[in-house]
Amino acid sequence: MELRKNYFADVRKDDLHEIGQDRPRSDSPGHVTGKTSFFADRNFPGMLHLKMVRSPHHHARIRSIDTSEAEKHPGVARVLTAKDVPHNVYTILILIQVGPEDETVLADGKVRFKGEAVVAVLADTERAAQEAAAKVKVDYEVLPAVFDMEEALKPGAPLVNEYHGQNYYLYDSGECRKVRFGDVEAGFAEADHILEQSYQSSPIEHAPTETTGCVVAPAGNDRFTCYTNTQAMFFTLDNTSIILQMPGSKLHFVGGTVGGGFGGKVDVIVEPIAILGAKLTGRPVSFIYSREEEMQISSPRAAEKVVIKDGVMKDGRIVARKVTGYTDAGAYSRHSPYGAQKGAGHYPGPYTIPNVWIDTYCVYTNRTPSSAMRGFGVTIGDFALEVQMDKLARLIGMDPLEFRFINAYRDGDMKAHRQPTEGAALIECMQEASRAADWPVAEKYMAMSSYAKGA
Amino acid sequence: MAKVPVQFTLNGSETAEFIDSGSTLLHALRDKIGDTSPKGGCHQGTCGACSVIIDGELRLSCLTLAENCNGTAITTTSGLSEGGVLHPLQRAFLDAFASQCGFCTPGMIMAAKVLLDHTPNPSRDEVVQALSGNICRCTGYEPIIQAVLLAARANSQNAA
Amino acid sequence: MAIKRGRGVAAINYPTGMNLGGDPTQALVHSTPTGNFMVTLSSVDLGQGMKQIMAQICAETIGVPTDRVVVDTADTDTGPHCMGTFASRGTHRAGNAVIQAAKEARQVMLEVAAEELEVNASDLETDGLGNILVKGAPQKAISIFDVALSAHFKRGRSISGRGMFLIPRSYPEKETGAMKPSTCYAHACTVAEVEVDDETGEVTVLTVKNVFEIGRALNPKMVEQQLVGGSWMGISHALYETTEPYYPNRDHGGTDFNQYLMPGPGDLAETEIIVLERPSADGPYGAKGPGEMCANPQIPAVANAVFDAVGVRIDTLPITPERILRALRAQAAT
Ligand code: FES
Ligand code: FES
Repeated sequence: MELRKNYFADVRKDDLHEIGQDRPRSDSPGHVTGKTSFFADRNFPGMLHLKMVRSPHHHARIRSIDTSEAEKHPGVARVLTAKDVPHNVYTILILIQVGPEDETVLADGKVRFKGEAVVAVLADTERAAQEAAAKVKVDYEVLPAVFDMEEALKPGAPLVNEYHGQNYYLYDSGECRKVRFGDVEAGFAEADHILEQSYQSSPIEHAPTETTGCVVAPAGNDRFTCYTNTQAMFFTLDNTSIILQMPGSKLHFVGGTVGGGFGGKVDVIVEPIAILGAKLTGRPVSFIYSREEEMQISSPRAAEKVVIKDGVMKDGRIVARKVTGYTDAGAYSRHSPYGAQKGAGHYPGPYTIPNVWIDTYCVYTNRTPSSAMRGFGVTIGDFALEVQMDKLARLIGMDPLEFRFINAYRDGDMKAHRQPTEGAALIECMQEASRAADWPVAEKYMAMSSYAKGA
Repeated sequence: MAKVPVQFTLNGSETAEFIDSGSTLLHALRDKIGDTSPKGGCHQGTCGACSVIIDGELRLSCLTLAENCNGTAITTTSGLSEGGVLHPLQRAFLDAFASQCGFCTPGMIMAAKVLLDHTPNPSRDEVVQALSGNICRCTGYEPIIQAVLLAARANSQNAA
Repeated sequence: MAIKRGRGVAAINYPTGMNLGGDPTQALVHSTPTGNFMVTLSSVDLGQGMKQIMAQICAETIGVPTDRVVVDTADTDTGPHCMGTFASRGTHRAGNAVIQAAKEARQVMLEVAAEELEVNASDLETDGLGNILVKGAPQKAISIFDVALSAHFKRGRSISGRGMFLIPRSYPEKETGAMKPSTCYAHACTVAEVEVDDETGEVTVLTVKNVFEIGRALNPKMVEQQLVGGSWMGISHALYETTEPYYPNRDHGGTDFNQYLMPGPGDLAETEIIVLERPSADGPYGAKGPGEMCANPQIPAVANAVFDAVGVRIDTLPITPERILRALRAQAAT
């Protein structure tokens, strides 16, 4: 890696003692000696292991659940169903007033994706829990499922989630989050060329080497200590307190050393049910996702569809951009309404375009709920935007890098969501890339600056 | 469930324990004996985080039955440093900033140790081969490859 | 049939944090009797090195070496509130909270030193090595060790501070979408060079040259860790990864690392990383969040390079050999 100190030297002080220094990481000696304590390295005598009975169907009504055989299985301490969970219907963003509550800790009457948690089995060993889980009998009536976002949005599509009442998240702005800036139709009318293209992604797994999980120990004083690899300690504690209807003061969360997160450990999935198990049995409980659960049950990065329509002039200026983004939330909201909204704040990308129209939808389908991942709400949008930029440049016969210089945002430029650009550095990144990759651009672009014109 | 005795040398110390018949070595080490340096990243033999060295060979402890290890000599990452002095591989992982979350690190170090024990001056390709059974999601692998090459260089300088 | 080369470019920006729900982090700092400093947080280290970075930020602000700072984080019985580690917010939000707490602690420390040295606190400075000196008269000095002892045993002062960083919630305007969704933006530009085998559809990324602008590299080696790992993940996303290979069809999802593909140590692109620093007005020592955006530009850069190589557009991720072959076949048919 090289630090190029020549850029922005005029606005940067480099006289610091500790900042900017390659200090060794204080946690690395623990990592290389195997002494770092991850949550699963905690082991308690008498600890129970929790295994989930999961739905084999994408969408089904639950007619009945019979746990009697499982309860009799040797080593089983307790079997939990929806009725054991004090506040079973929840949503994590309720803490910041983003509702409605739309998800069940354990399925109650219905499952909405394949792999959904239905019954929790707690037993002395993982093996006993697994064997007992296989003895739980659930009678399902399979319902039609919908997987395709376009299908889901059509009238008459199977309804994924009754708590929403329709297959999209209803924002205060309506069926999508909107950004309107300038007059996009007037922009298209004046453009020399129009290009409309559609981009698609598929769900992506965070795949941290350490799977999601927690170990809970009753502290003996009515409190519970939860060793967890959550990415957000109080967010998880406070949601747990709501779900279990237990004062937060009874909960003690310990974490902060995590075997990779990438956004995959912000869902408050394992802690509430494990703490409930510890409370009802009085014993320590371990609930750790298997690799298979991590791959297919834990929420992935959402699949997205992005449709971009641009109006561009022969001289390289983009004069209008319309973006319609669809985020596949799967069966439940989790963080997706927030992610789709983040997309609305991100488009039209780091370019100054006078006429912009953005609609972002959060769509429900019968698949594993998606959630945050590294680049949440932005990564797939950037893929779409930057491939579109390449196509536009070729459409007007311009070098793709020079084309970006023409449209790059600079300090003071007004963004579509009506914030003035501050601290821009796109131009300088492109200048340095031009040098490093030996991709020459015209001198006038190398002379540009992100600083406001005339500043 | 029937308990069976297991006995082996772990990082130079005689170790014995009663375990459930059919337990994996990973389970025995972590949950019974208390050596948590091998990590369980998949329990299905696809990530390498649980790697240990049994009689000089690299093994996935999640796929090894503990009772089959009777009489063997087992090395784990927690046993590499001697008298508080880091093993050259551990030192190299620090110097090359080759750990981020650190979850893959013990397994990586085991794989690298077996390589260097057999091939003190490996080529880059040999390092890549040796690490190819270990997943890392944080580093992009390059710093780990560099750490192993660094340790090999340090070894050969000490030997010279 | 041939192996064809191409290259592609992409440029991006990325928001630090996301305050569409209000975005707070708090920190506490206090000294021990012998002048070491504890930072107490509930922020989570996912492996990116939050603990180390917070120690460096506290050390810089107080004016002591980093190894005199201990970070105690992610225990809800002791650590004040943090929203969590996501949205590239950790370094930025927690760092600002730590600076505020450390400044308050530093002020008490200087006041105690001023009493010991019988000067004004405003006439004192730290040397970064553990001493407090009188400006312009460095022979008149006291160690932070002695200042802390004095505070604890003689003067009854608590060398401590509270830090709070809150970005208030922004409510998007319904009709126009006017909002302030985040704070400072990081930037990147990536040029990728690929080889595409038009017989098998296989793509090899030969080189990626990444330029990242991240505000301030607080610890350059740790920044490099993030950026190298992120660049690898970007390429992995571009070419390999999905839990639903035939999305929206729900079948054939991988359940282990043999089925869920990512580049291994033998599949690495030659990776170059260049870092620019335009300090942000609101970041801790100017830092922005680099952890997420570093994995974004490679995806379109690789897609554009594939087009440059074989003349087909793959607008669906991941860019698998199957998709390339189908596109080549469709192209040949027209
Ligand atoms: S835990 Fe043994 S290979 Fe993953
Ligand atoms: S350092 Fe996190 S998996 Fe390798």
